[in-house]
Amino acid sequence: MTDAVVSDRAVPVYQTAEFERRLRRRYAAEKRFRLYGIAAIGLALGMLAVLLGSVVAKGYTAFWQHELRLEVFFDPAEIDPQGTRDPAVLAQANYNTLARNALQSVLTDAGSRDARRAAGDLLSVGAAFELGRMVMDDPSLIGTRRVVSLPVSDEVDQLLKGNVSRALPEADRQITDRQLAWIEQLEAKGDLVSRFNTRLFTNGDSREPELAGLKAGLLGSMLTLFVTLVLAVPVGIAAAVYLEEFAPKNRLTDLIEVNINNLAAVPSIVFGLLGLAVFLNFFGMPRSAPLVGGVVLALLVLPTIIIAGRASLKAVPPSIREAALGIGASRLQVVTHHVLPLAMPGIMTGVIIGMAHALGETAPLLMIGMVAFIVDAPSGFTDAATMLPVQIFMWADSPERAFTERTSAAIMVLLGFLIAMNALAVILRKRFERRW
Amino acid sequence: MLTKKIALAGLAAAAATLALSGAANAQARDQIRIVGSSTVFPFTTATAENFGRGGKFKTPIVESTGTGGGMKLFCAGVGPQHPDLTNASRRIKKSEVEECAKNGVTAITELNIGYDGLVIASARSAKPVNFTLAQIWKAMAKEVPVDGKMVANPYKRWSEIDPSLPNAPIELMGPPPTSGTRDSFNELVMLAGCNKVAEVKQALPDAKAHEKACVTIREDGAYVEAGENDNLVVQKLTANPNAFGAFGYSYLDQNRDKLQAAKIEGVEVSVENVQAGKYPVSRSLYVYAKNAHVGVIPGIREFISEYTSERAMGDDGYLVDKGLIPEPKADREKARNAAVNLTALQM
Repeated sequence: MTDAVVSDRAVPVYQTAEFERRLRRRYAAEKRFRLYGIAAIGLALGMLAVLLGSVVAKGYTAFWQHELRLEVFFDPAEIDPQGTRDPAVLAQANYNTLARNALQSVLTDAGSRDARRAAGDLLSVGAAFELGRMVMDDPSLIGTRRVVSLPVSDEVDQLLKGNVSRALPEADRQITDRQLAWIEQLEAKGDLVSRFNTRLFTNGDSREPELAGLKAGLLGSMLTLFVTLVLAVPVGIAAAVYLEEFAPKNRLTDLIEVNINNLAAVPSIVFGLLGLAVFLNFFGMPRSAPLVGGVVLALLVLPTIIIAGRASLKAVPPSIREAALGIGASRLQVVTHHVLPLAMPGIMTGVIIGMAHALGETAPLLMIGMVAFIVDAPSGFTDAATMLPVQIFMWADSPERAFTERTSAAIMVLLGFLIAMNALAVILRKRFERRW
Repeated sequence: MLTKKIALAGLAAAAATLALSGAANAQARDQIRIVGSSTVFPFTTATAENFGRGGKFKTPIVESTGTGGGMKLFCAGVGPQHPDLTNASRRIKKSEVEECAKNGVTAITELNIGYDGLVIASARSAKPVNFTLAQIWKAMAKEVPVDGKMVANPYKRWSEIDPSLPNAPIELMGPPPTSGTRDSFNELVMLAGCNKVAEVKQALPDAKAHEKACVTIREDGAYVEAGENDNLVVQKLTANPNAFGAFGYSYLDQNRDKLQAAKIEGVEVSVENVQAGKYPVSRSLYVYAKNAHVGVIPGIREFISEYTSERAMGDDGYLVDKGLIPEPKADREKARNAAVNLTALQM
């Protein structure tokens, strides 16, 4: 039989043209599949590059802010005519006049009342406030002349950054021709300098773009996420360990498992409504507090952490459990000495995903009053606070042009915060990691 | 060991949480809380910031909940867990006053802080346009009367409505239904425009059906829902000179280098025209204060007197820089008196 078959064909089957053709087709299919894969990765990377590129291109300018170097005379007659140096008197003084006097002395034709006002508008409304703070920190400044750097108004800053064209007719821009001439005069003298925008990190929110900062949002995010972390991680890991290692497999645990999986897919606004109904209305917790935000976000990320935790516990080979049990370890010892440390990297990955999710949420915060204009940075878990994504949302909604670049800058800060948080988690994960 | 530590940390955190929330409830609030309209939000926040800079009081917390949502929170009761002031882009309704009274909020001070104008704007590169309200309604309504019958809106180009309008596809970017600006758009533009078209009344004699037909906006892509104060709208309008956008006056004011406003019924949008009541699509903005909280929450009296001061809502005030259209001087005086005397609202 076999001899006959062999003699029927002059060449073996793997050398026929038909075989070659099929082989080539299989190779080609594989190659195509790889190309699709590379194209998919390329597309994803391309989209990410476009996204990051547009954010960075729009936002990097916000990290710099123009300041005006001005020699200010801290006139005692203006600040403290009686010479009492009483902080209440110093706080009430009109520091705008100081700035305007200084501007009048360096600008041409800035003497009239009207011109002094127009010149004063070149500076931010925060300039007077900063002068006041300098005097209150150091009353010995009174009576001296100092060169100080004061923030310019957002319109001037936008013009200097080239975001508003100088060629436009006067009626179409917010800077008048007279102010433009002054700006050019100051530019020629080199008094308008571009500095790193520290106010973006040291100030709270503001309606003036040049003064608006992320401090309140950053601190709010930190406090809220801390609450989320201390609530969600222990509860999540405990739930995962119990369900995976101890719970009997029956109808009830099946039901719980289905519910946890479904909970992970519940829209986040629902958690906000829950927070409003339970924590604010029933328990009477304070509105806008990081504490409530943290608890709501903890509920939001719990399913993610439980699911990831169970998956990584399941991935620990049963032989390890059996070996430990075999040498006489109790079930608890098996879990705490062997299974949990081995599963830790996977659990940490779940925690990272969950916390990153929590960091970017705004919808649940809306219902519990954390989407609000809050200037003062929170100093505790029950102070009113917002979070970074809320800050981004509110800046994107503001009509002032200068908020456009600040919105993108805030997105970059949020991404930086996320990367820092994840880097910490990755370092922790590396330390926990154990090979077998 | 590890789980024990984690479990202990969790328990400690939970305990601390409860303790903290208990402590927070016990103490009264020392920071003013404001809710309400997103249209008034930019003005109230600017005032709050200036007020906080004075250093005597904490900067008030301002939430943007929409006029209706704000009223609901405001009227929920008296006590530190309820807000002290609410912003409104329309006058408080009688039903809301009753709701307030039912919950013990009886004395309310009404402050009329100024006006907001709704503008229909396009890119500067586009040709200036003069709309009548009826034309805008015909372009935006879901159903319009043709030969005495209501039919699905057949207009695709502005010039089909009136030859004087540009020969370009109808495209208007307007606020989404959740926004207060949409309420004003419905009331000031759609309803007013609709009332000028006599055929609608003939086709729909029933008042309810008539009103519903008036404010139902077409959904075939001619009306594009966009954020009301979204920088994206400016970008879209500059990119497409045929498109129009509907938003608040402050937004136009900040983007005059890129946008121009269409005339409505032949009237240009300007501070003078709004004050004189000539510009048809403008509305009054209000702030309501809870008198029962004055003296309990520190700073309310000072805050509303800052709000109504000449340096805030006056002709050259900082709120005008933010796009508020100031009231005439006599009305400003009236608001100031209400703020000083805490005149309770009578309805």
